[in-house]
Amino acid sequence: MTIGLTHYLVLATILFVIGLMGVIRRTNLLLLFFSTEILLNAVNIAFAAISKYYADMTGQMFSFFIIAVAASEVAVGLGLLVLWYKRNGTIDLNSLQEMKG
Amino acid sequence: MEAIAFYLFSILTIVMFSIVVFSKNALYSMSALAAGMILISGFFFLLDADFLGVVQIIVYTGAVMALYAFGMMFFDTTKDVKEKFQSETITKVLWISAGVLLLCIITAPFVGGHLALDTPLSSEILDGANNPQAVGVVLFTKYLAQFELAAVMLLVAMVSGIILVGKKMDKSITLDEQLERKVETEEFDVKDNR
Amino acid sequence: MEKYLYIALFAPIVSSLFAGLFATSPKKQFVGVITSGLLALSWFSSIRLLFGLHEKVLHVKLFEWISAGNFHLDFGFVADQTSIIMMVTVTTVSTLVHVYSNYYMEHDKSFNRFFSYLSAFVFSMMILIMSDNFLGLFIGWEGVGVCSWLLIGFWYHKADQPREVYPSISPSWAANEAFIMNRIADLGMLIGIFLIYWNLGSLEYDKVFANVDKLSHGTLVLIGIFLFIGAMGKSAQFPLHTWLADAMEGPTPVSALIHAATMVTAGVYLVIRAFPIYESIPEIGYLIASVGAFVAVFAASMALVNNDLKKIIAYSTLSQLGYMFVAGGLGAYWIALFHLMTHAFFKSVLFLGAGNVMHAMHDELNIKKMGALEHKMKWTMIIMTVASLALAGIWPFAGFFSKDKILETAFSSHHYFLWFLLWLGAGMTAFYSFRLVMLVFKGEPRYKKLGVHPHEAKNYAIYAMAPLALLALVSGFFEHGFVHYVTKMLPELEADIGSGTFIFLLVVTLGIALSGIVFAVKKYSNNNLKDLFEGTFIHKLLINQYYIPVLYEKYITDPYAKLSNFAWEKVDMKIVDATVDLIATIIYGAGDKSKVIQSGNLSKNLKLMVFGLVVLLVAVVISQLG
Repeated sequence: MTIGLTHYLVLATILFVIGLMGVIRRTNLLLLFFSTEILLNAVNIAFAAISKYYADMTGQMFSFFIIAVAASEVAVGLGLLVLWYKRNGTIDLNSLQEMKG
Repeated sequence: MEAIAFYLFSILTIVMFSIVVFSKNALYSMSALAAGMILISGFFFLLDADFLGVVQIIVYTGAVMALYAFGMMFFDTTKDVKEKFQSETITKVLWISAGVLLLCIITAPFVGGHLALDTPLSSEILDGANNPQAVGVVLFTKYLAQFELAAVMLLVAMVSGIILVGKKMDKSITLDEQLERKVETEEFDVKDNR
Repeated sequence: MEKYLYIALFAPIVSSLFAGLFATSPKKQFVGVITSGLLALSWFSSIRLLFGLHEKVLHVKLFEWISAGNFHLDFGFVADQTSIIMMVTVTTVSTLVHVYSNYYMEHDKSFNRFFSYLSAFVFSMMILIMSDNFLGLFIGWEGVGVCSWLLIGFWYHKADQPREVYPSISPSWAANEAFIMNRIADLGMLIGIFLIYWNLGSLEYDKVFANVDKLSHGTLVLIGIFLFIGAMGKSAQFPLHTWLADAMEGPTPVSALIHAATMVTAGVYLVIRAFPIYESIPEIGYLIASVGAFVAVFAASMALVNNDLKKIIAYSTLSQLGYMFVAGGLGAYWIALFHLMTHAFFKSVLFLGAGNVMHAMHDELNIKKMGALEHKMKWTMIIMTVASLALAGIWPFAGFFSKDKILETAFSSHHYFLWFLLWLGAGMTAFYSFRLVMLVFKGEPRYKKLGVHPHEAKNYAIYAMAPLALLALVSGFFEHGFVHYVTKMLPELEADIGSGTFIFLLVVTLGIALSGIVFAVKKYSNNNLKDLFEGTFIHKLLINQYYIPVLYEKYITDPYAKLSNFAWEKVDMKIVDATVDLIATIIYGAGDKSKVIQSGNLSKNLKLMVFGLVVLLVAVVISQLG
């Protein structure tokens, strides 16, 4: 059968949901970042698919910029993560909590 | 042909990403993530977005995953990640409901058939051009401002990355002879409290 | 001429506010002097209005008061014949009472506060009698109620005592009783005022009385009844009469001013003022007259055996109010007004004399413990005897003329039973008045056992009482001038009886009065302390006020107190308070549970983000489904 837009979108949704699951579950900061990457990639697929099926370049441009942003985000995020690790010796999410709640 | 590729890629991607999310070993997660990225670029090729696919491999798999790999070296990753999962039920509920809802929303237009296709924006320049040419044309005419801004953003990210982990940034190593000697004899200690 | 009206109206409030400035300071003599002076100014203005307004009626409108939808009312005052007579009476008695109070309250530490309250009372009374609409009347009505409460409970620090020991329990209790009973009656009056507005659309006297004939008979009956209920509370008619005897807890000048001359006559004033309404419903007039006659005899009977000096005089006031209502009910409005005026003079001076006696006896009130005070208090005795003669209705004193006219009216309108009751009442009045005079001033000096050294009141107090005593003597002779003046406004009642019947009635009335006096003098002349009916059941009934206060307490006050307690504990605290507290607890609890949002825990925040996402998605789905 021909692969239509539906298939790609469903795939993107499934990947997005998997990434969401990771964001909720993971308490290790690094693995949290991985889950965020998954989210971004899923969205990229969706944009690219729509771009093809509508013969519009906007979707791919969007994906471009998302990739650029993701790259810079990783750079800064990892820098912060390293600093935090140096100070606290752990990268567990719960260690970030300084408020008493 | 396309269908086979699509289904193969999709199953593999889903499996890889599930490993990323559910694995207890950080190394496994990272490797799976890298594999997933490659497979995603495969999708891009399937979708005739050649340029994007290549960019995905270079930037994401190459640069970003390498960054992650270097980052992993800092942390003690031989042990299994011990994570305390709080309130598993809430997590499952949230996750399943989000998934179901998203699926419904996404597929509703197609199932219902109320799909209004807008006329695509294509111009003469893009006719007959292959993908990189098309990307170039659109990027430097229509999305020029965003391109420049993205460039500035990357610059800022680079500078901040350097500042975050650099040491003695206010002193110049090449101009100050004393500092140069000190730097050579110093030992790099991961755990120094600055 | 308007300026006299304004001076008469506002001088008392200026005096009250001035005295109020010093309310918390110790006694300052000039407060008493200045307040008396301002009241005298008010009196002078009233007299000026009396003699200056020839045949004219003065209307002033101060400002537009209410203008809501169809209802317009101006804050206005009228000086017509009725109100001027009332003004003169009220200001005369008030001024002299103010002067007297300088003597009576001279050792009281709340001297200034007393004058403030007293002047405020006079102001409220002036508003009541000078207002030209029912709502202004009601404001004055409530004002005198409040000031009466303040003044009866003047010595509020006296503690409650049980009823068997001290029938009035305490000044604060008596003040509350007076106010609450007045309030109950005010409900009736308000309903009457509402009915007037509902049917006639206006509350001004002019408009209301011009359109009275447009109303149905039933409506007029209802209005008349309800207004009379209001009058019953203020003028202490049965069954709302118990407060008047207990109101004697206040200082004696208060009793003289309020409970003899002014506040209690407000009810009679209302009936007189609303005479166009009552003229159209003679059967209600007959009802009013019957109640009045009943009260006249009922109160006089209780005064026959009472031993408390002021309570005897209080019951006599109650009895005379009954006479006034008989006159008003039978359509003889000018006679009611005339009796009101003469009664104000001789009753207030009677109270002031009682004040002298009280001071001399160091606040002892039991007349059985007094006696032979004539040697020490000659002038007081003379004045009180004059007043008692006026009260008993002996010629040529004032009471003779007014009371006789009432009896004539009753007889000539063929209400013979009413006449008989009033005639009996006249006899009883004469008896108990002179019983009081005999036991207090004559006989042997029983006060020596108490170790009291009585002496006469100060000179200026006697000078203050003298004009009232003089008026008690001569005001009867103003009858012709009075009729001529007042009947420009009030209807003239033609008593069509032949001259023979007239002479007969005169003789019979005078006869019973004189015989009452003679009987009293003879009974108590030889140091005889036995009361009438002593030792019998009737005596017990009379001396306990027919047990009515006890019945009220048992069947009305106590169940109501229990109901209030129930409402407080079970309804208010358990239901209302609990509900409010529950709301607070819920909100507080919700806040407590919501603290998790701000825990700073990133994992929780991420979960919350996803939750928010889910909510938004649900919203999208639902909105699209619709």
